[in-house]
Amino acid sequence: MSLISAVDINKIYRSGDIEVHALKSVDFEIESGSFISFIGPSGSGKTTLLNLIGCLDKPTSGKLEVAGILTSDLSRREAAFFRGENLGFIFQDFNLIPVLTVYENVEYPLLLVQNLPQKERSDRVYSLLEKVGMKDQVDKYPDQISGGQKQRVAVARALVSKPRLVLADEPTANLDSKTAFMVIDIMRQMRDDYGVTFIFSTHDPKIVGEVETLFTLVDGVLVSTKKGKGGQND
Amino acid sequence: MIKLFKIALRNLIRFKRRTFLTTSLIAVGVLFVMVFISASSSFNNIIIGQITDSMLGHIQVHKRGYMASIDSLPLTLNLNEKGWKKFRSIAKEIPEIESYSPRIKFGAMFSNFIDSTNIRINGVYPDMEVATIPLLLSRIKEGGKAIKKGEILIPELLAIGLKVKIGDSVVVIATNRDGSVNGMQFQVGGIIESVTGPGGRDGYIHIEDAKDILRMEELEVSEIALRINDFSKLDKINNILTEKLSGNKNKQGKQIFDIRTWEKLSPFYNISKMIDIMTIFIKFMLIAIVLVSIMNVMIMAVYERIREIGTIAAIGTMPEKILALFLIEGFSLGVLGVIIGNILAGMSIFLMNVIKITFNFSRQTGYVLAPELKMGDIIFVSIVVIVVSVFATLQPAIKAAKMEPVEALRHV
Ligand SMILES: Nc1ncnc2c1ncn2[C@@H]1O[C@H](COP(=O)(O)OP(=O)(O)O)[C@@H](O)[C@H]1O
Ligand SMILES: [Mg+2]
Repeated sequence: MSLISAVDINKIYRSGDIEVHALKSVDFEIESGSFISFIGPSGSGKTTLLNLIGCLDKPTSGKLEVAGILTSDLSRREAAFFRGENLGFIFQDFNLIPVLTVYENVEYPLLLVQNLPQKERSDRVYSLLEKVGMKDQVDKYPDQISGGQKQRVAVARALVSKPRLVLADEPTANLDSKTAFMVIDIMRQMRDDYGVTFIFSTHDPKIVGEVETLFTLVDGVLVSTKKGKGGQND
Repeated sequence: MIKLFKIALRNLIRFKRRTFLTTSLIAVGVLFVMVFISASSSFNNIIIGQITDSMLGHIQVHKRGYMASIDSLPLTLNLNEKGWKKFRSIAKEIPEIESYSPRIKFGAMFSNFIDSTNIRINGVYPDMEVATIPLLLSRIKEGGKAIKKGEILIPELLAIGLKVKIGDSVVVIATNRDGSVNGMQFQVGGIIESVTGPGGRDGYIHIEDAKDILRMEELEVSEIALRINDFSKLDKINNILTEKLSGNKNKQGKQIFDIRTWEKLSPFYNISKMIDIMTIFIKFMLIAIVLVSIMNVMIMAVYERIREIGTIAAIGTMPEKILALFLIEGFSLGVLGVIIGNILAGMSIFLMNVIKITFNFSRQTGYVLAPELKMGDIIFVSIVVIVVSVFATLQPAIKAAKMEPVEALRHV
């Protein structure tokens, strides 16, 4: 069974008289352990789709299953719990908590979301920070490190709760291309090491050579699905 | 929980200036309230002590009806011997009554053989009076510190007015209850300082002399002043006494005794009540200050951190944890303000005691204000401020907890 299955997903935003049809009859399946990117120009519906997969929002119609759960069935609290247990998030603006150190930022989900004992927490946090190459910066605050470093910390934070799926909405948009490749690299490395499914969105065609499966969105329509591996497109 | 505290405190430190301003505002509020409470209660206690200990006593008992015509000091409304005995037997049953003193009060003519004037006279048993009104002796400015038979203590104003000195012979002329007039010669044994309130211009003689002038066969008491052993239990003891005395009715079935605490006898009670009302008012001001300032910063705190709230909500933080995070922040602001405010108040009150602030009240001068910080007040004010702080944070915190992560994340 696939990790994510989307059947005829529609999302319509309504604000007053204006309706925006952000996703139009989208179907796809994603297998566990994949490394996937949604690409498309700005306004094509990438964020909307990732929000739906991330149980942050519900489709207007259609059937979306994530890890065997029908997301439209979840209440607000259930959705929060589900996210805490199964999902990791990486944001375009890194969104680290400014008052917490690098270490504490990564520890946060274990503490406030999953509630793990101290020993296990520090083991996990340190090993992840080591993997993303941030172990020597643990006591720094977010405003003391560079953008690339922040996103590496964010990757560690997303993985620390051992999620099945990590969602990253334009994780490289605020990074220069060299750093961007590095972050994508780390993400794929993590997928290889932990078997976590990664889904990220981007509008940057340079990045997409790195992915294995590429979904292209245009105006809310899923126009193509390409398979590739390590920069070799079909 | 500890972690939530840590995050909340870090956030407070992150916005140092704002935190500083808010806590200072609360601290100054607490400072004012504490200083006002302790200074006004010191003032109250001093004045009440003066009033009760130099003239009134804590409680007074009269025959019912006497108080209504007290201005004329009616001898016809005195308690008779039977009533006085009844009172004594009941007073014996109440150990909280430390002492009591019967008084015969009457209006008289006072003459130094050249001039004459009106005087109000209290005939008292010196020992009982001094035990009940401990400041009486200290009020005697000139002459021996005693009330002897054949001697009269006269109020200062009268001594000045009639140019009477210690040792002078004077005559007191009074009309008894049957309407016949009688005079008696006294020596001026002392001159007493006037006090505030009713009775401030009274003279004192021995109760036996009073009986003689008024040609009383047996003791008829105008007034009984009582002193209790614990002033803070005034109402309770007054109730016990009232309860026990209320069994005594006359032939018409009416109550014989009229029992009143100092509060119903002195106009200062109204001043004291006013001060209490002002204290309540000032406490409300403090609550308003805390409410407005905390709500203000917390609304700002939530607004500035919308994306942060979106982030932690997206990661899976439960709404109640987000609520707690902000409530703790408001709570900590309150606690901080309270701690600083109380420390400042403690220092100010200590300083006030060191520099000895004096004040005058009516004719008395040179009272030294002795404010003290009472644990009860500290606890009460602190709890109120902290509760109000949390309450003020509630609305912004609930707003944060209810935020939709998608919208919060989109916020710029
Ligand atoms: N909350 C919203 N309300 C109304 N329209 C929205 C909302 N969010 C997104 N949209 C619209 O939906 C479409 C898709 O937006 P989005 O998913 O953000 O695209 P992308 O992430 O690919 O740039 C856009 O036209 C956008 O204006
Ligand atoms: Mg987007």
